[in-house]
Amino acid sequence: MGVDLFNTFILLLLVAAALTALRARDLITASVVFGVYSFLMCLLWAEMGAVDVAFTEATVGAGVSTVVMVATIFNLKRKSSD
Amino acid sequence: MKLLSLVPVVAVGGLLLFAAQDFPEWGDPASPASTSPVSSHFIQSTGVDTEVPNMVTAVLADYRGFDTMFETVVVFIAGMAVLAILKSSGRRKGKREHEVEAEPDLIVTNTVRLIVPVIQIFAFYVLAHGHVSPGGGFQGGVVMGASFILVALAWDLEVALARFSAEKCILVAALGIVLYGGIGFLSMLLGGEFLDYAELEKVLPVSREMARYHAMLGVEIGVGFTVTAIMFALYANLSTEGRLKGGL
Amino acid sequence: MFEDGAIVNELLVERLNYFIYVVLLLIGLHAMISKRNLIKKLIGMSIFQTAIILFYVSIAVKEEATIPIYKAEHDPHGEVHHHPEKGGEEAEAHHGPVALKDEEIKQYANPLPHVLMLTAIVVGVATLGLALALTQRIYQGYGTIEEDELLTKIERADDRASQSPLKSNQSQSPKKAKGSATAKKATASPSRKSGSASQGKSAAKRKPAKRKPGSGGGKKA
Repeated sequence: MGVDLFNTFILLLLVAAALTALRARDLITASVVFGVYSFLMCLLWAEMGAVDVAFTEATVGAGVSTVVMVATIFNLKRKSSD
Repeated sequence: MKLLSLVPVVAVGGLLLFAAQDFPEWGDPASPASTSPVSSHFIQSTGVDTEVPNMVTAVLADYRGFDTMFETVVVFIAGMAVLAILKSSGRRKGKREHEVEAEPDLIVTNTVRLIVPVIQIFAFYVLAHGHVSPGGGFQGGVVMGASFILVALAWDLEVALARFSAEKCILVAALGIVLYGGIGFLSMLLGGEFLDYAELEKVLPVSREMARYHAMLGVEIGVGFTVTAIMFALYANLSTEGRLKGGL
Repeated sequence: MFEDGAIVNELLVERLNYFIYVVLLLIGLHAMISKRNLIKKLIGMSIFQTAIILFYVSIAVKEEATIPIYKAEHDPHGEVHHHPEKGGEEAEAHHGPVALKDEEIKQYANPLPHVLMLTAIVVGVATLGLALALTQRIYQGYGTIEEDELLTKIERADDRASQSPLKSNQSQSPKKAKGSATAKKATASPSRKSGSASQGKSAAKRKPAKRKPGSGGGKKA
């Protein structure tokens, strides 16, 4: 029962992070919240027993993917209209 | 437009939820995915066939090694495509709106100077220990690439490029794929099929199962090379628009 | 279909996790369709990809099962030490690789979806890198990454590029005079269409003196 509660809580946080990343007007905010989303996914998978997948998502999703997105946004406009 | 786009989205959602009623309960040990003969075979005979404790690495590098080879090729192609798209970019007129000229900071550079060797040794450990613990080629390669990105962030991109230049990146990435395919071809030359690692016992002084164990390590090293080079090349090209000057 | 609340109960209580996976998929899909900014579309694509990976990995879960790495007693290289409480000798059992029995298979999580999803994650990051490179190139070419502004600029560029030099220029010079103002803005960012640049310049020259339409068309050819 405790595991189900934990899983449900993390899933609700995931939905909140996804919605926040999409509604942020500043693109750097969107990238950072997207990094938070990746880390929450990694935590969920580690709890489900998928340790290799969690390791890969932690390095690739929350590491390289966020850095590359921030590096791109520095060359573009930082403000988005929606 | 936004209200109109909700219609197909809600329709797709309704269809998916309608299908979700037939899904098994979460964590059910009698679900069709958990009792399938393929996964039972993998769990059962990974130890016997390859003597590798980590089932995921064994399936990734040995039982489904063909898949992993083409995934490495996909990563390589993505890196080459980024290079090709951004190579012929135009000059930027005027400064960026939020450009900041910053000196390398004292605390950051000294901390990074201490940490980066540890990160690289950890990357090697993750790669080599992937047979026994969670890890393997991809994870180790990405951590290694991230160490170069860290050097580029703490100092300048030129400092990182002096250690791992753009031409060397491409060479190392191609070397990884050649290593992977080379092991496969070697197995073919020794009489087996492509990527049939057990045939390597004819050149290595080990048993058939241990030949698969060691060939998996060689293959993971190839994957690690390619992923390292492409992750760093991706960052270097994206942060400077292909010119490799300036940068984040 | 919706006679009683049984379906709602079943969806929201027993299969709540599938419901949330579907919600995540829909968030990603809606973002890809309706957001105007290109980077937001890419974030939506990534959310979609990770939600699908989450769905697959959750299929691999077995209750009371451990991670898919062999435990000590099934380890192919392992040795199991038995220390009996009473009695002197210590029996060490070395065992080589053993094929597992059915009850022991149930103790491990299913490794197959993990393998497939490892590939999916890496391919996802490669796709994201490529998409970001394309976005940068679009920004260099058009100066904006909002979809509606991009569409108007592309339409104007198409209009300029598709005008034939043999058409009569009297009816079109007021349109070109309006177009020259935006053409000047668009060619401030480096554009590879040199034809449109010369067209913009010749249109600007045409405003003070409505002369030499032939030479303007001749320059383009």
